[in-house]
Amino acid sequence: MASSPKLNSKIPEGTIDQKWSKYRSTVHLVNPANKRSLEVLVVGSGLAGASAAASLAEMGYKVKVFCFQDSPRRAHSIAAQGGINAAKNYQNDGDSTYRLFYDTIKGGDYRAREANVHRLAEVSSSIIDQCVAQGVPLAREYGGLLSNRSFGGTQVQRTFYAAGQTGQQLLLGAYSALQRQVGMGAVELCARHEMLDVVTINGVARGIIARNLITGEMEKHFGHAVLLCTGGYGNVFYLSTNAMGSNVTAAWKAHKKGAFFGNPCYTQIHPTCIPVSGDHQSKLTLMSESLRNDGRIWVPLKKDDTRKPTDIPENERDYYLERRYPAFGNLVPRDVASRAAKERCDAGYGVGSSKKAVYLDFAANTERYGKTEVAKQNIHNPSKEQIMALGKEVVKEKYGNLFDMYQQITGENPYEVPMRIYPAVHYTMGGLWVDYNLMTTIPGLYALGEANFSDHGANRLGASALMQGLADGYFVIPYTLGVYLSDEVSRMSAEKGKADSIETLKTNHPEFEKALAEQTALITKFLTIKGTKSVESFHKRLGLIMWDKCGMARNKQGLTEAIAEIQALREEFWRDVRVLGEANEFNPDLEKAGRVADFIELGELMCKDALHREESCGGHFREEYQTEEGEAKRDDVNFAYVAAWEFKGISNWELNKEELVYENIKIAQRSYK
Amino acid sequence: MGSGNGELLNLTLKVWRQKNSKAKGSFETHQLKGISTDMSFLEMFDVLNEKLISENKEAIAFDHDCREGICGMCSMYINGRPHGPKHAVTTCQLHMRSFKNGDTIIVEPWRSIAFPVIKDLAVDRGAFDRIIASGGYVSVNTGNAQDANNILIPKTAADESFSAAACIACGACVAACKNGSAMLFVSAKVSQLALLPQGQVERKERVLKMVQQMDEEGFGNCTNTGACEAECPKEISLENIARLNREMIGASLT
Repeated sequence: MASSPKLNSKIPEGTIDQKWSKYRSTVHLVNPANKRSLEVLVVGSGLAGASAAASLAEMGYKVKVFCFQDSPRRAHSIAAQGGINAAKNYQNDGDSTYRLFYDTIKGGDYRAREANVHRLAEVSSSIIDQCVAQGVPLAREYGGLLSNRSFGGTQVQRTFYAAGQTGQQLLLGAYSALQRQVGMGAVELCARHEMLDVVTINGVARGIIARNLITGEMEKHFGHAVLLCTGGYGNVFYLSTNAMGSNVTAAWKAHKKGAFFGNPCYTQIHPTCIPVSGDHQSKLTLMSESLRNDGRIWVPLKKDDTRKPTDIPENERDYYLERRYPAFGNLVPRDVASRAAKERCDAGYGVGSSKKAVYLDFAANTERYGKTEVAKQNIHNPSKEQIMALGKEVVKEKYGNLFDMYQQITGENPYEVPMRIYPAVHYTMGGLWVDYNLMTTIPGLYALGEANFSDHGANRLGASALMQGLADGYFVIPYTLGVYLSDEVSRMSAEKGKADSIETLKTNHPEFEKALAEQTALITKFLTIKGTKSVESFHKRLGLIMWDKCGMARNKQGLTEAIAEIQALREEFWRDVRVLGEANEFNPDLEKAGRVADFIELGELMCKDALHREESCGGHFREEYQTEEGEAKRDDVNFAYVAAWEFKGISNWELNKEELVYENIKIAQRSYK
Repeated sequence: MGSGNGELLNLTLKVWRQKNSKAKGSFETHQLKGISTDMSFLEMFDVLNEKLISENKEAIAFDHDCREGICGMCSMYINGRPHGPKHAVTTCQLHMRSFKNGDTIIVEPWRSIAFPVIKDLAVDRGAFDRIIASGGYVSVNTGNAQDANNILIPKTAADESFSAAACIACGACVAACKNGSAMLFVSAKVSQLALLPQGQVERKERVLKMVQQMDEEGFGNCTNTGACEAECPKEISLENIARLNREMIGASLT
């Protein structure tokens, strides 16, 4: 199989461990004086966006940052809980750049690009250094050194953390770096702004159209490069662990302007989330994977066992992950753990009133911690209560905020009874196709963090999203952007003084006017349909189709049906949606209408991608393709490629393939047994 | 599921409606029936908004995003208390099991000169971003850092710094304060960095700049009432304000 001529991944020459270092020392640079006249638009202010914007402004570029929230600090990276991976080997347990690289490729079920992943592993260590220098209060040991814990899919302790609020602390670090540049006038902040389109001139990205969400004003912004750091699209499922506002609009509009969409069907279903409690449910809440360090997952051995979990004795419990995967136990990767939970629940062993939940139980490890504390504190002949009380203190320190959150939502005390958990949509590995430079198929348009497809293959390992977002923003884009912008400098110099040049016209260019008119017309259209059904109701219906037919398990018939149902839903949406209020005011319902319209189109592409990929890999599980033991069965002969979809019109896409070549890691059946 | 036991509530809601920052606002009364006690407060608002839309009435604008109590976007003033009746809980994590059948619930936006109302229950908290931009950081450019373990930090200092850094900048402290003071917010950031070795170099400059910006934004003065601490969903301690005052004295004297 050869890659499509439309896709040039621009992977540098050389051995895997030399590609990035050689590239960094030989790429074209932009001199400081020229940087001052180059404008970069950064859309999204999460880990990738904030770190990129701050770093580029420090280098001297003129940067504008856009976010739809009221402050860049609210981006959904803030909600990441468990930790961030880095190959520091501080624990002396055999970690290395190569091992992080290997774990990530294997965890991604051999569907990620080797060169990108190796670079990620290489820069991981610098991320921790950078964050600590900013004053991010990561967890420490008593001796003052940084603390680590384990995450799924690895056998080393390489995860750095700040209680269950690692994303918050890392984002606030990047946010403070960003605000420092705002204060210095190097970054212009456009909060409560939503990007509605990318503006291309002769196929090259030259800026964006954004709506001021407070006044409704439609704005044109020029940029020599546009960086989409807009996160993932999990909200296509309606219920997910994403924030309510998380959306695909920026990426989707870019897709419709020519950016190929990579592997849209690769969705991560996270195994440990609080189960749905009723029809009113608006979102799902994750219980961090870090809990699997100390929580044991089980269901009763008997079907429909209605006893309280604490009344079920040890020998009548099925610790099914420990049983099926003795080597990794409760720390198997997310896709494996999610499917195993679904399998038990589908077989009738689920717990709770919905029977769609399993237990995550901390009793055994609470007792273990209690015994350690008892020994530390020289307490002789402690009572069981004393041991458990001390153990609970340790558990509280590690996961206190998660336990509190669980109790708030469910009304149950997880220190006393096991948590009930079930898988939920959490992350999307797919995203805009990018080359090694993180550039999409539209020159000048980049995608960073979860918005791109690049590093996690078909399944992301825990604590790697924070790593990738910050790697892209702090340590990759500052180098790779220069490759493109150094050419821009030559173009600008050649065009200097010409009346009709891009540099002279900037946002007065007719293409900006055209894009502005199109987006304004779209807003008017939403408001004039005056149908009978709310935006929310369409979103819910889309979510149900996606979850039932393009969720944890997929098959040909379901996907075919889903495509037809989504097409019908789209037609109904444009005929019968009801959006009230006005265009020139703060109008959250109108904002949501645009996002749902884009989700509907994306949903169809996800199903199309899932249908065409006739294999199972990572988070993409096709029921027709599984081993006798129910594990995902890849087809490396026919599907070892990135599916990059080119938009050709509504319901019309062309598939382009990027062949995945494994030169350093032997491609093999994943085993966590 | 949960401990709601399937109980359903009938409620009267009095909600603040205001077209924009310049318009005059007023309360609007709504009746809601059959609200599950397992719902979150914002899910109850979702139900209300769906009802309004079905009646061809404009939905109530309110800020919210993560619905996990961490982004700091939600901001309702419920029955006279920021984030409602429960201690250490954001509005999005408040659940209807905290209310009783037949309750009347009054919902207002944050009220502070420094937080102008945008529409209905949504306010503009840009002042907080500007305070951070004035000095709430360590001036370190990307790529200059030493190995992270070269900086040893006692666990107690790291933990205390983290407790201050847990602030979500929701603005409940300002809304709770009779003076509309932002001291708890500012002191949390000052403390986080003052407690760490990385924050020492700019320690004095930082506190002076941040307090100056806070004053310029129109926040009121602190009179040590403690309402901020009582209402803070993240339990940011009043001790941070004491530390800020010490930092101010230290910085002003030299």
